[in-house]
Amino acid sequence: MAREPDGVTRRDFLRLGLLAGSAAAAGCAWDGGHLLRPRLATVSRFNDWVGEHIFLSGGRPAPEWPVSARSASMPNYHVADATPLLEDPAAWALNVAGLVRKPMRLTLPMLQALPRVTYTVPHHCVEGWTTIATWTGAPVRAVAQLAEPTGAARYLRFDSFDRTAQGVPYYNGWDLKSAMHPQTILAYAFNDRPLMPEHGAPVRLYSPNKLGYKLTKYLTAMTFTRERPGGFWEDQGYPWLGGV
Amino acid sequence: MESVSEGVPMPPAESAVEPSIEPVIEPAAPARPLVHRHHWIVRLTHWVNAIALTGLIASGLQIYQAFPHFGQKGKVYPVPNPFDMYSFPRWSRLGGWLAGGLQWHFALAWVFLLSGLLYVGYMLVSGEWRTLVFRPRDVPRATQMQLYYLRLRRDHPPQGKHNALQKGAYTFIIALGALSLLTGFAIYKPVQLWWLTALFGGYELARYWHFVAVWLFVGFTILHVTLVLLVDPASLRGMITGWYRGRFPSHGA
Repeated sequence: MAREPDGVTRRDFLRLGLLAGSAAAAGCAWDGGHLLRPRLATVSRFNDWVGEHIFLSGGRPAPEWPVSARSASMPNYHVADATPLLEDPAAWALNVAGLVRKPMRLTLPMLQALPRVTYTVPHHCVEGWTTIATWTGAPVRAVAQLAEPTGAARYLRFDSFDRTAQGVPYYNGWDLKSAMHPQTILAYAFNDRPLMPEHGAPVRLYSPNKLGYKLTKYLTAMTFTRERPGGFWEDQGYPWLGGV
Repeated sequence: MESVSEGVPMPPAESAVEPSIEPVIEPAAPARPLVHRHHWIVRLTHWVNAIALTGLIASGLQIYQAFPHFGQKGKVYPVPNPFDMYSFPRWSRLGGWLAGGLQWHFALAWVFLLSGLLYVGYMLVSGEWRTLVFRPRDVPRATQMQLYYLRLRRDHPPQGKHNALQKGAYTFIIALGALSLLTGFAIYKPVQLWWLTALFGGYELARYWHFVAVWLFVGFTILHVTLVLLVDPASLRGMITGWYRGRFPSHGA
């Protein structure tokens, strides 16, 4: 067998390749284990910082699309087994609470009386699909102006009446800057019609600047907090900022 | 006639006695010189990127698993994709599930980006890019090299550190790395970087080019490793220690 001048044979290469291959095979479909998982979560928080401060996911307006670009359908999604429904939709009101000077309960007519924002934008799902639709609602910052958050408020927590079969509620935490973006709205209409139960009726959070899982459906409350709230999926490892 | 009395006497021919002392292995081949071929930055970034890219592809396949199509939901694009609705084997994926795949992908992307920038920065500052970047004048040289490989040309064309075909391959792979990063950012922040996403034909197509890049990387790697093993195994040592003693001494820096 011909030995190469540097003393490495072709058979050695094959051995090396097989070794590397089997090491890769044993290591994959692997989440990092107890040692690496916390470090990956730390990098994920660093990426949130980059998203917030470098990509400016809070400030710039997202480009809007023509109504003619709307997709034929919009997938629906909830963590409950069946579409969450209100027993008495007329009794629904959004609870605005936490670090605010004027806590309040806003009914649907009260939200509809606030300034109205409408846009046609792509919806980006973390899974990798998109779909274009028109959303209409009241800016979160218009509600904040009414409730007057205190200087200590740094985050917003959005709660939902969607919950898993085990009773785990859906919720999301948002940074104040993203929440106060003029395109972040409490949406009550979808494609020019009242919001349907499969899309989060009576009111859902919407923004073209966030991934779909950040856009809380079936809203019950928005709470201004000092501490950073997690989120249903964020607590399981999805990026917390979820900015696009 | 000039006098030849000043002529230097010929020294005794050493070659006349040598063969009787040393056994002849390869009488015609001179000893291969040991040359320093790769700077430590090149070697470091090569292996760091090899590992990072493996992890990026594996975690990328995990992410793909969540929506193994191209196009908007319910409107699949007519782009060729043999892997439509395909589930890649478990051993080829990294992260366990979508969130784990995303965390690995967005962590390793930093390693790939910083290592790539260090490599490109070194190549530019050192001037070594001249030995590697494929330029218009390399087109006829690449043709001659191809003729040689096809046995239509007998002698190996003259070359520097890399021949013209190698220059083409390495220039391509660096451009592919840049394309992967750019399409990656285009689908990571398709709203904030909408202009970049639009450059690749929109979100769905940017995601497609990002996926196509994976198979170009895989194809390149198979060819690259095969050629190292078959044509120039000594070059592996060159990429590990920096020192090369092989068939192509002109490959020295």
